[in-house]
Amino acid sequence: MSDPLNINTDLARRLLVGFLHEEITRVGITRAVIGLSGGIDSALSCFLAAEALGPENVLAVRMPYRTSAPESMADAQKVIDQLGVQHLTVEITDMAEPLLKRFPEMSNVRRGNIMARTRMIVLYDQSSAFGGLVVGTSNKTEIMLGYSTLFGDSACALNPIGDLYKTQVRQLSRALGVPASILDKAPSADLWPGQTDEKEMGLTYEGVDRLLYLLVDQRYKPEECIEAGFDAGFVQMVVERIRRNHFKRIMPPIAKVSRRTVGYDFLYLRDWGT
Amino acid sequence: MTSFNLGLAQIKTRLGDVRANLDKHLAYIDDAARQGVDVLVFPELSLTGYVLQDLVPTVAHKPTTDDPVFAELLAASRARNIDLVVGFVDEDARSRFFIAAAYISRGEVVHVHHKVYLPTYTMFHDGRFFAWGDSVRAFDTRFGRFGVLICEDFWHVSAPYLLWLDGADVMLFSNASPGRGLSDEPRPDTARWVEHVLQAYASLFTAFVAHTNKAGYEDGFNFWGGSAVFDPDGLMLAQAPYFDEALTVTRLDLNQLHRTRYSLPLLRDERHALVAREITRITAGAAGARDKGQ
Repeated sequence: MSDPLNINTDLARRLLVGFLHEEITRVGITRAVIGLSGGIDSALSCFLAAEALGPENVLAVRMPYRTSAPESMADAQKVIDQLGVQHLTVEITDMAEPLLKRFPEMSNVRRGNIMARTRMIVLYDQSSAFGGLVVGTSNKTEIMLGYSTLFGDSACALNPIGDLYKTQVRQLSRALGVPASILDKAPSADLWPGQTDEKEMGLTYEGVDRLLYLLVDQRYKPEECIEAGFDAGFVQMVVERIRRNHFKRIMPPIAKVSRRTVGYDFLYLRDWGT
Repeated sequence: MTSFNLGLAQIKTRLGDVRANLDKHLAYIDDAARQGVDVLVFPELSLTGYVLQDLVPTVAHKPTTDDPVFAELLAASRARNIDLVVGFVDEDARSRFFIAAAYISRGEVVHVHHKVYLPTYTMFHDGRFFAWGDSVRAFDTRFGRFGVLICEDFWHVSAPYLLWLDGADVMLFSNASPGRGLSDEPRPDTARWVEHVLQAYASLFTAFVAHTNKAGYEDGFNFWGGSAVFDPDGLMLAQAPYFDEALTVTRLDLNQLHRTRYSLPLLRDERHALVAREITRITAGAAGARDKGQ
């Protein structure tokens, strides 16, 4: 039997490019804005957007902080050069620094959140200036595990890759020709020197994607995952992470007092009327 | 009439914009008529779009001559001498809303089918917004006896089985099927499943089975198209492309019915009185199947 995480990359490309093209142009917009970090997720989103809208209609924004790894800028440049998308570099150090200095005892997580949200401000400003929708770059693994900053890197108008696990992002990126240096490096939010996703979360993407596939896609109970060979502590940790981070996946609950309330019984798709 | 041209209008829709969708229907009708199409089948909810939610009461129409939308469709069918299957929201006299398909011929509504199975699970919420239909009937057309089903109706073998017993030799299925299940296969898992059952129905009922699916996206849902026609031998006669809008035209040779059914007399040998007896027994028995509908 084939690996259930293997995807047909031609079909995935067709679906996701079509999604971006139709869901952006149907609201009367022809352009997109993407924060390009130098990592694989934003590189893939950028490749898909360039194919969907034409590279001249995509603005890739690099937003380094003073401690960002220089390789990140260089890898992002490779994507820009290869695709021929429009590009802009907005250093966020001057924006973030006053707040960071105000609270010198700040933890790495707080600092990282401020950087992610600062980048969101830049992207949404460019969305207005360039006239393009912000294309998301979060994959299914990080959405399920809540490995993102609310209103930061998770903020977007639409997301082409949010139903692909990290290992599937790698497959599709390879098929689309994302530069090798991006495919091969350890995934990192690059919020502080030496940070990697896998080290910070205490797991490997290979392992957690297989578990998430069973838990989420196949609706296995945790004990069935353990019977299937996963470590009990690992299963428990992942199940708890999914539950604890669910607030990041939904709109904030509104206290219902009227007969008709947004989120519960005022139900329309975004595409209403288009 | 021993043969006719069947057209599958695999269209994208504007969600909740009946006027825009009607204009697209009229354009496809013109194009199909020019190509000699006799019967043109549109997807499920082709006049409204699929994921309607709270738009349901605002897009409902009645399949009557005094309804402005149907007046234009009826006129087009008469002017172009083309039969149509269109998908719409039907509101009955007591304000129950149905997912419906109308068969229109020569300026008249010949038959209206209300979706009898409303999927209300996973990504589907039909049962929250719509009332279920309560009949499955074949009907006579100028090209023979037909049946129409909508989407989830044909995920239940009983619905096409009833059409078969009621005399339908051509089954027209309209659908708004979102693609799901990405694997290493070149088509979504949903497409694989639907194509299997279409082929199975055509083979087991020795009938023509045609399927028109929607194209395009609604929010994150993709509608995979791939509309197809199978003959009474279970052979695929034509298939539209996956995902894109298309008008696909096929000639149905109705003589294939008697050729297939002479060598494979499944209809002749079908024992529906036995089936009826057993269903009566099973329904009455304590261990019987639950019946959701009335």
